[in-house]
Amino acid sequence: MAKTMFDKIWDSRVVADLGDGWSLLYLDRVLIHDLSGGRAIREILDAGHTVAEPRKVFAVPDHAVSSQPGRDSTTFAKGKPLVASLRETTAATGVRLFDLGRRGHGIVHVMAPELGIVLPGLTLACGDSHTCTNGAMGCMAFGIGSSELGHALATQTLPQRRPRSMRIRFEGKRPPGVTAKDMILHAIGHLGTAAGTGYAIEYAGGAVEALEIEERLTLCNLSIEMGARTGMVAPDEKTYAYLKGRDFSPKGAAWEAALADWKRVPSDPGARFDADHLIRMEDIAPQITWGTSPGQVAPITGFVPEGDAAALQYMGLEPGQKLAGTRVDWVFIGSCTNSRLSDLRAAAEVIGGRRVAPHVTAWVVPGSEVVKQEAEAEGLHTRFLEAGFEWREPGCALCVAANGEAVPAGQRCVSTSNRNFVGRQGTGARTHLASPAMAAAAALAGALVDVREMV
Amino acid sequence: MDSFTSITATAVPFLRKNVDTDVIIPIQRLVGSGRTGLGPYAFERMRYLADGSDNPDFPLNRAEYKGSKLLLADENFGCGSSREGAVWALMGMGVRCVIAPSFGDIFFANCFQNGLLPVRLPIEVIRQIAEETEASPGNARTTVDLEQRVVITPTGAKIPFEVDTRKRDAMLHGLDDIALTKRHAEAIAAWRAGDRAARPWAWDSVA
Repeated sequence: MAKTMFDKIWDSRVVADLGDGWSLLYLDRVLIHDLSGGRAIREILDAGHTVAEPRKVFAVPDHAVSSQPGRDSTTFAKGKPLVASLRETTAATGVRLFDLGRRGHGIVHVMAPELGIVLPGLTLACGDSHTCTNGAMGCMAFGIGSSELGHALATQTLPQRRPRSMRIRFEGKRPPGVTAKDMILHAIGHLGTAAGTGYAIEYAGGAVEALEIEERLTLCNLSIEMGARTGMVAPDEKTYAYLKGRDFSPKGAAWEAALADWKRVPSDPGARFDADHLIRMEDIAPQITWGTSPGQVAPITGFVPEGDAAALQYMGLEPGQKLAGTRVDWVFIGSCTNSRLSDLRAAAEVIGGRRVAPHVTAWVVPGSEVVKQEAEAEGLHTRFLEAGFEWREPGCALCVAANGEAVPAGQRCVSTSNRNFVGRQGTGARTHLASPAMAAAAALAGALVDVREMV
Repeated sequence: MDSFTSITATAVPFLRKNVDTDVIIPIQRLVGSGRTGLGPYAFERMRYLADGSDNPDFPLNRAEYKGSKLLLADENFGCGSSREGAVWALMGMGVRCVIAPSFGDIFFANCFQNGLLPVRLPIEVIRQIAEETEASPGNARTTVDLEQRVVITPTGAKIPFEVDTRKRDAMLHGLDDIALTKRHAEAIAAWRAGDRAARPWAWDSVA
């Protein structure tokens, strides 16, 4: 019978059938970060367990560290013990740590694909909901809570109930100004923030095949904003080219063996999905969120709709108001959604000799040490700095506000991150989600603006 | 994990859609926190006024609802971040059961890890319980019985609900998932040996 990619990966990783739709799944990789990683290891050690397979666990401090230029683990004082705990517990158990300033450091979902830790056909869990990002490599990656993380570390397995399958196909020609971020925001706006609850999503179709790997990472990143713990894209020649030669990619004969296995990962022709959606690329325009949920999104040419009074009051917007032209105070280019080299290039491209509007604070936070070094090697940092953006150190920064960095109350921020929830970027902060190009354009214009008018 | 058999409580109507875990507990409260002590910060951005006093419009602040074990919610409750602190904060303020039409998947899983029972019921039933409660908030009691898999509304209507057998057993007996999985230690070892032979590339590149 024709099988989906998800079915193939799931079926290949079942250690035991637990009944009632549950399986004990083997985890090929576990990622941990500063916010919960040190504590998770400490808790299982205290309970008399060990880290079952420390070589398959990778640790990085990203959430509770400052992104201030010249920072170290003490710059954000409240995060200092979390980083210290991650250092201690990983050293004690033999887990690899990619510490601040070192090659490999970065936002966990940026560094993991970048180092070849994540490979097609594998299963991957991490105590972070945006773990779904990694599904862009053709694997099954999903977020878990602290207790499940302890279980994952202690056994390298997790009991999981098989989700239903969903395919979202994007077909047609990509219109100007439309990025992977706009594709997924448009999808969430149309299908809803709970459309993917209980499902594993496969993104497919000609327009997805046409995306580069970094764009696919952005696409999969917002799966959880549609409710799905897992989003994935079939591995193809682009995936293999991306992975070849990465630090933890297989080498030599192992590479050939891996490649042979990976080519069997994509869904079989005729595989059936429990739900199937088609989105036409021609229907997508550059997107901007207007509310406090990622599904509250509109084309930048649109207007603020009626209906959610609480959201509009929080956002300081009136029904019927034109979105373009709304004054902006902050711009954040970064996060596991949009902080990779291609994102920074796209943002820099928009600048074109202009400067950040005088009333706007604009940050660029590269997603990893590698991204930062590559961006600096091609002079992107100079272009940002000369235009009035801040060029900062890798980390989650303003996406999560768990690091002493926040948008002040009442201020409006265009952000390339993934959540516009109440208080997400700081108490009272008003977030508008958009692509890196749209964010850069807003920084220059000092207002929400259609990027197509700026290039 | 705390075990859960049955509770009887005043159901607190909190019927908003897409209540995310950032709203349930701001991340700033979780930086360096433990599993306990989070109760005072649950829903803090809507629960308190700017001067720190109770917001009278927040349902859980009303005298008849304060400290209740049972929350009625709307669709997609607990969406967003995977932070288990959302469950710890709810339990810290006394909540042991949330009834909603749908939940965020990760939050749903986290609930069962801690002994907070998430129950899925149609929104019409939830509205009915809310109406019956609001008609007589001082006296109306709703029972959630995990053993019988039934919700009994304030007027006595019995509404069955579905729950995974596996999760129900674990919750009734307060079982620990790691201990349960370790019973499969031999199967895990055998599976690993087989996979290592079949897919050495997935092992050797990180060895």
